[in-house]
Amino acid sequence: MTLLSIRGLTKRFGAAEVLKGVDLEVNKGEVVSIIGASGSGKTTLLRCVNLLEDFDGGEIVLDDVAIGYVKRNGTRRRLGERELARQRAMTGMVFQSFNLFPHLTALGNVMLGLLKVRHMAKAEAKTLAMNWLSRVGLSDRAMHLPSQLSGGQQQRVAIARALAMDPKLVLLDEITSALDPELVGEVLDTIKSLAKEGTTMLIVTHEMRFARDVAHRTIFMDGGLIAEQGPSAKLFRNPGNARLKEFLKRANI
Amino acid sequence: MAYSFRFGVIEANLDNFLQGLLLGLALAFAAILIGTLIGLLCAFATTAKSRAPSRLVGIYVSAIRNTPLLVIVLFVYFALPQLGIRLGKLESFIFSLAIYSGAYLTEVFRAGLAGVPKGVVDAGRAIGLNGLQRALYVIMPIMWRNCLPALGTTFISLFKDTSLAAVIAVPELTYQARKLNTETFRVAEAWATASLLYLSTCLLIAAGLRQLERRFPKF
Repeated sequence: MTLLSIRGLTKRFGAAEVLKGVDLEVNKGEVVSIIGASGSGKTTLLRCVNLLEDFDGGEIVLDDVAIGYVKRNGTRRRLGERELARQRAMTGMVFQSFNLFPHLTALGNVMLGLLKVRHMAKAEAKTLAMNWLSRVGLSDRAMHLPSQLSGGQQQRVAIARALAMDPKLVLLDEITSALDPELVGEVLDTIKSLAKEGTTMLIVTHEMRFARDVAHRTIFMDGGLIAEQGPSAKLFRNPGNARLKEFLKRANI
Repeated sequence: MAYSFRFGVIEANLDNFLQGLLLGLALAFAAILIGTLIGLLCAFATTAKSRAPSRLVGIYVSAIRNTPLLVIVLFVYFALPQLGIRLGKLESFIFSLAIYSGAYLTEVFRAGLAGVPKGVVDAGRAIGLNGLQRALYVIMPIMWRNCLPALGTTFISLFKDTSLAAVIAVPELTYQARKLNTETFRVAEAWATASLLYLSTCLLIAAGLRQLERRFPKF
């Protein structure tokens, strides 16, 4: 069953065309990774899906709803802030630089969305948040501020914050790139266990081995387009595209 | 030095001094309250996508910051009635200090907002917080902490600025000192007392603000 369907997505920043017509389908329960060189449009694609960026053409359909824009009498208009906020809550996003709320504890970070967006009662939100913190192995750090946590711990709190909102789709944007090498493992293990439980994920990553081992399917982006895609095992073993071959050789997988 | 201090006169008038001090604090409090609202509104307005609010705020801030407060106070009290806007002494001074502090606080809050990481605001967006919720639960708490030190300095200097209310005969501390000066000619005692009261009050406020900074450590 198709959960996310992107059709002909285009996006430009001034004169630079960053996305040149991206088509992508993601099924429910599928883990798809996106690889490619810097500037190939991977992160922009994720940010469009989470409506953090507007886009110029094409459409993004999430769970049968075209998101971000309404079409009326042939003109296309960006939705209002309230509606955008509601649609954003359908996807969860984890960022490269964690982006935890610095003034809130780990628990407070996970609870904020539950209280204000999902309008849960405080006790209920706290139970659910503690539940998620323990799933990422951080129940003993619940009352710590982000500044008192290691990078790996912060990123796991960010994962708990995103997942606690019960999103239909989770977007991960180079979530290990800002981590010390010895902390990468704990974060990737968390993602692996989520993948096993059937969480639908779209993962932008520079960790080629991770993409190969965890993602059902891998997308290679080049110059704002999907240059090649296929089952991860096959794509890494037997790349067809010349640029992909070059990219994988340099990534030294 | 032929001057001999006689502080008995101060003792007899201590009530007036203290009442003057309290009035000054009250004026500062009211003006800062309004000024904070103006400052928040203006600072957030400059973050809007459209450029017009930013321009208007820029004009307001530079107009006010490049006019002496004394002139603003005199203008509001003496000139506005000619233009049909008549305010009482207290209201007039509070209004003057409010628009004055609003301009300075706009700049303080703007600096505080600039220090809110964009990624953190994106994270608020990503979990589905709407604009108002992001401002209340994400941006403002971080902004407050960012501008706490600058805010303290501004508050103290605004409190000291209440001494200008003396020129329109608002009976605050400076007015009381001048009154005692002219009535008793105990010049040194009057101004020494006023100075000491200003100094100790400002030191107290500063100590309180330092406590606040310690209570809310930097993230």
